Amino acid sequence: MNTIQLLYFARLRDAFGCAGEAVSLPGGSRVADLVALLVARGGAFADELGGTRVFRVAVNQEMAHAADAIPAGAEVAIFPPVTGG
Amino acid sequence: MASITIRVGPDDFDLGAEYAALVAGEADSGAVVAFVGRVRDLSLDRHVAVLELEHYPGMTEKALAKIADSAAARWPLTAVTVVHRVGPLHPADQIVLVLTASAHRHAAYDANAYIMDYLKTEAPFWKRESDGQTAHWVDARDSDSEAIQRWHPDDTP
Repeated sequence: MNTIQLLYFARLRDAFGCAGEAVSLPGGSRVADLVALLVARGGAFADELGGTRVFRVAVNQEMAHAADAIPAGAEVAIFPPVTGG
Repeated sequence: MASITIRVGPDDFDLGAEYAALVAGEADSGAVVAFVGRVRDLSLDRHVAVLELEHYPGMTEKALAKIADSAAARWPLTAVTVVHRVGPLHPADQIVLVLTASAHRHAAYDANAYIMDYLKTEAPFWKRESDGQTAHWVDARDSDSEAIQRWHPDDTP
């Protein structure tokens, strides 16, 4: 198993009720596998990550795509589209 | 090599001081363009009393540096400064500063617009507006995603 540190920002942190958590993933998991695992929890996770709402994922502080692998011990952040400037 | 300065934090900035620091001790920059973004008191016809800016410490600075590096690879820039504030801000407060310097004006103008366009779509900042009673997270705008298309259809920094 691979334990990763999840971080949630902005609207997603409010929706999930926490700023982050440690999660264990099977070795070789990709971003899509992590998202599926979170959606399977139901509730706000399914609402935010399992429907039509847009979100972004960063792995070790680099923007990532669904097919990207998650390295052991990675910092993975999930957040809404950005609105700075 | 362009000299690149990136700063993210709660403190306000002084345009004159940042400009002076940018050009100090060099005479290569024949053109300097400055962009300042400020908090408006109306957003989509709603009154704004407080604008809270959240960021992702670590990744935000890296993303801004990547955007500035990308601009410096594309145009012959001598210097770039990007300052972005976080925390609670109020109408008329300054939010963001982008300075771009080059030998000639076209590179400085274009690189400045490029950096702002990518900052708005790639740098992890999020705005939360409050009218003093209720607060809501600001939704990303399609027009911001479309703005980067003009630089290259598949361009990402």
